[in-house]
Amino acid sequence: MSPEPTTDVGTPPPTVLALRHAAKTFGPVVALADGTIELRAGEIHALVGENGAGKSTLVKILAGLYHPDAGEFTVDGQPVAFRTVADSKAAGISVIYQEPTLFPDLTVAENIFIGRQPKGRSGLISRARMRTEARSLFERLGVPIDPDRIAEGLSIADQQIIEIAKAISLDAKVVVMDEPTAALSGVEVDRLFAVARGLRDGGAGILFISHRFDEIFALTDRITVMRDGRYIGTHDTAAVTTPVIVREMVGRDIAQLFPKVEAEIGDAVLTVEGLSSAGVFSDIDFEVRSGEIVALAGLVGAGRTEVARAVFGIDGYDRGSVELLGRPLRPRDPQAAIDAGIGFVPEDRRKQGLVMDLSVARNATLTLRNSLARFGLINGARERAVAAEWTKRLQVKTGSQEYTVATLSGGNQQKVVLAKWLATEPKLLIVDEPTRGIDVGTKAEVHRLLSDLAGRGIAILMISSELPEVLGMADRVLVMHEGRITAQLDRADATPEAVMHAATASREHSA
Amino acid sequence: MTDTVTSTPTPAPTPPPRKSRVGGSRLAAVLRLREFPVALALILLVLITYAANPLFLSPQGTKDLLLNATIIIILAVGQAIVIITRNVDLSVGSILGLVAFGTGSLFANVPGIPIIAVFAVGLAFGAILGAINGLLVTLARVPALVITLGTLYIYRGLNNAWAGGTQYFAGDRPDEFGALSVDTILGFPIITLLAVLVVVIVAIVMAGTRAGRDLYAIGSDPDAATLFGIPVGRRVFIAFAVNGLLAGLAGVLYASRFNSVGATTGTGLELDVVAAAVVGGVAIFGGSGSVVGAAIGALLLTTITSALTALRVDKFWQQAIVGVLILAAIIIDRVASIRTARRLRMSEARDV
Amino acid sequence: MSDPRSTETVEPTATSTVSADTTKTLRDEPRGRTGWARILLGRDAIMIYLLIATIIIAMISIPRFASPVTVGFLLLDVIPVLLIAMPMTLIIITGEIDLSVASIAGLTSALMGVLWQAGWDIGIVLVLGLVIGVLAGMFNGFLVAVFGLPSLAVTIGTLALFRGLALVVIGDNAVANFPPELTGFFTSKIGATGIPTVMIGVVLIVAVFGVILHFTPFGRGLYALGFSTEAARFVGIHVARSKFWLYVASGGVSALAGIFWTLRYSSARSDNASGLELAVIAAVLLGGVSIFGGKGSIPGVVAGVLLIGTINYALRLGRVSDVVLIIVTGTLLIASVVAPSIFDAVKRRRHDRRVRRELPQAQPSGSVSA
Repeated sequence: MSPEPTTDVGTPPPTVLALRHAAKTFGPVVALADGTIELRAGEIHALVGENGAGKSTLVKILAGLYHPDAGEFTVDGQPVAFRTVADSKAAGISVIYQEPTLFPDLTVAENIFIGRQPKGRSGLISRARMRTEARSLFERLGVPIDPDRIAEGLSIADQQIIEIAKAISLDAKVVVMDEPTAALSGVEVDRLFAVARGLRDGGAGILFISHRFDEIFALTDRITVMRDGRYIGTHDTAAVTTPVIVREMVGRDIAQLFPKVEAEIGDAVLTVEGLSSAGVFSDIDFEVRSGEIVALAGLVGAGRTEVARAVFGIDGYDRGSVELLGRPLRPRDPQAAIDAGIGFVPEDRRKQGLVMDLSVARNATLTLRNSLARFGLINGARERAVAAEWTKRLQVKTGSQEYTVATLSGGNQQKVVLAKWLATEPKLLIVDEPTRGIDVGTKAEVHRLLSDLAGRGIAILMISSELPEVLGMADRVLVMHEGRITAQLDRADATPEAVMHAATASREHSA
Repeated sequence: MTDTVTSTPTPAPTPPPRKSRVGGSRLAAVLRLREFPVALALILLVLITYAANPLFLSPQGTKDLLLNATIIIILAVGQAIVIITRNVDLSVGSILGLVAFGTGSLFANVPGIPIIAVFAVGLAFGAILGAINGLLVTLARVPALVITLGTLYIYRGLNNAWAGGTQYFAGDRPDEFGALSVDTILGFPIITLLAVLVVVIVAIVMAGTRAGRDLYAIGSDPDAATLFGIPVGRRVFIAFAVNGLLAGLAGVLYASRFNSVGATTGTGLELDVVAAAVVGGVAIFGGSGSVVGAAIGALLLTTITSALTALRVDKFWQQAIVGVLILAAIIIDRVASIRTARRLRMSEARDV
Repeated sequence: MSDPRSTETVEPTATSTVSADTTKTLRDEPRGRTGWARILLGRDAIMIYLLIATIIIAMISIPRFASPVTVGFLLLDVIPVLLIAMPMTLIIITGEIDLSVASIAGLTSALMGVLWQAGWDIGIVLVLGLVIGVLAGMFNGFLVAVFGLPSLAVTIGTLALFRGLALVVIGDNAVANFPPELTGFFTSKIGATGIPTVMIGVVLIVAVFGVILHFTPFGRGLYALGFSTEAARFVGIHVARSKFWLYVASGGVSALAGIFWTLRYSSARSDNASGLELAVIAAVLLGGVSIFGGKGSIPGVVAGVLLIGTINYALRLGRVSDVVLIIVTGTLLIASVVAPSIFDAVKRRRHDRRVRRELPQAQPSGSVSA
């Protein structure tokens, strides 16, 4: 076991950072209603919450990227008000984001030291010193990365390591790690933990954001839970159990959250055989039958989205076949997939799902643009009628069909994405993280809708990183790990442990 | 599980075997330089032309070559700074025109004004015009292409309004001023030496100072630069101001080098300048390339004109060749980056 | 240290109305307009009002402005820009750009001159002029759409290349002796209206582009493409193919502008229409097309082109020197792009202030006002 933090004797260590009752809104959207976090020196503190709980907004306030609308913020007991990221850095806060933010054209060493490169006697940047310092950092971390190569093309794990090297070289007293392990393999996670403990023992406060409970319980000293933009509570890790935390995170019973309706499962709609794409995924075999919801589970970066994109024809693949209702689908041709009866609700609705500057009506009918046209011209009246019908069916809350879709809230935007695919009357609907970043109420609506669609014989392939969603919705769960399907579980066998086990399969082998 | 890892105060895992990913010798590194293709093209062009017509590299020939390149080199260096930050400044031709005319009118209206004062005024004037661009781009967050297209018109219009039909000729200016572009030191015209000095200073700043490196970071990924706390607005503003300053210097030198300055001086230069930077390996979307490359690009483009004459090729081919060079530079860049990506992927794959 | 939990405990009932939410908004924002208000207050409408106001002011204050002669010359002047602005609008909406248009027009002009002088039939000369433009457009389209190279850099290259080819073809000669019937036709007017006869063709082309952009599935796709290539691919739009055809159209229309230029001035030269690319882009952006892609309309662009044309012509008639014209063009361009972002910034600041008033203020000093 990890050694006890030095809290048992004498006074607790001083609070190095405290944010209390912070609020932040964007237009009509309340991103953070009451964010509170207290971080002590020499502790690893977990911050947990579902997607959309306000964790990343809170992190961005700590980083100096967002200015809170209200709240109290102190570092070392002194009130602070960061105007810029540089202010936050100067206060000793270092943030490692989920998606590493390296400069692709600069060298690795320069990425670590940008803005504070070591200088030589001439007063100019000394590349030699920068190189040796970078090299010694990597040696400390135990990773062989060439400091002189450019950052472009580095694996996510290596990028993460560089971010950590950056934080170490800054001698930060607060290190925020936003889901640092999401894309790491077993050995890499172990190495990261060793580094984190080293930093803690050196007196830094570490805020560790993660969805993985095994990691949280293995690594952290205290846990703070957030839900729906609010602070819920803080616990000593040793004195609490996973179910307690989950209950606080979710705030209600999982069973009532997922109104799963038993649908009659028919013949195969989608058949995928031996699908491989070098370096991305390999030997993917599965089928989705009518009326069935199949979940594709796994960690971020396991290749789930990539498989779905290849099926739909956004990306190509090297080997294998994709058949819809027994007929082969042309690779690399999304229009062919749409014509054959596939709909795809993508992961990133702002960049992939919607054209934000177009009206609700236009977005809702974008998939139908060819069939709405007669003699090559789009029939405006029919377009509006179709849009009105589908936005009404999905209860999209908007003042008018003519408003740009950017004015809608996240949940309503997602409904527009669903509307535009349901309007094509698909036989197979692929949904990638269908409820990411939308509020609880709409989440339930989306779940009910998916259930309902399955009930009407539509085959559904759902990618989700939220375990409750996977377990609550799916008839079958396919678990992917490092580009391969590592488990295929029926609803009855799909326990959180079984899914997590398959999703992190290699952890056991490597450790 | 993870707690099998022993937790020691300082993580000290086994030192890794040093992997040689540097890949090849020093020669390979030179071959991969972004400036390499353009430098090679320039050398080949000069050698071939010299072989065909030795007069091409006669003292007078060399001097003409350098004189023709001087102004465009200075402009290309300034433009490279701006392009590296993922911006562009189309107004440089107009800035040069305004400053050149201003120089002419200073000499004509303030008899006996010291040359150094004229330089100071010209540089300051250029810097102010550049700073206006920078201010508009950073404050309004509108793409530089649009803003500087607008100021291209406005500055040109101001030049027209100011000059009207007036032109100032070399006769209005002191002989010592004109001598700057006639006299040589070791065969190099003085204004060319000035341009070389500019290239050296800017190259050192871009490669050797934190602010210079920030510009590369901004161009490489502006969002990451903001996340990282780099003062993006301030840096971009300064890049535009410096570019204006250099365009101002080019304007003053233009008045020294050419006989007349008037309302249309410097019209249409902007695309040549951007072309020089692109040919010199400065990536149009920022983040990579160097001012030395841009300077070589400028030298190559101007040398082509002289080379065609020396080779007795129809001079009308010059512009078409410039076009081909620009396209070649973009394609080489793309092919190189695809190959780098593939090489990195292969080495990564071996590591797994 | 006190327990931070003391402030707020678990409160399950209140939680469903916060966070990124569908139901609760901080008082209703003005979210946009609908129906007629939308059309009458939209950006296109404002451009048209501006245009009408400019015309009225010019008619009142400049003596010889209100005449058929004005209409004729004004329109003849704007035709090349108006023509090229059509494909340019579509290209910029997809987030790309074409700087080589004026060079294509020049290349067409040069080729026409040489072929005509060599004694070719004028019909064939016209067809070949058009063909060379289409080929040039295909070349651009190939590099940008198929190769995926950045259009800004590529078309700076082809700007030099095509202009260079024009020089190679015709050198510094000028060919002027085109058939008078033809050149006469290009300056002829429809009856007493003063409207040039060729305007019929121009209006047709504008209409075609307007219909393509606003009423066809292809046009719908272009907006999606300009906003996000990914979003476009997800609805089955063929990204490369769409862009390729836009560059072909741009080449073809630029060639038409080159033909018009040659026959209107009865002069084929290598430097015909040089510098026109920037005038076209300025007009398109003034007409409300976003340089980021995804936004813009044909009516707006037509109004933008006519606005610049009218101001230029009026000022010239009013004996204001050419000088001011350029300044006006530049200022209009900058104002048209800067104004919306200033407007947005003001709106955001007002919104932020209101939010701060409405939220409970635990500690006002905790926030920094921008």
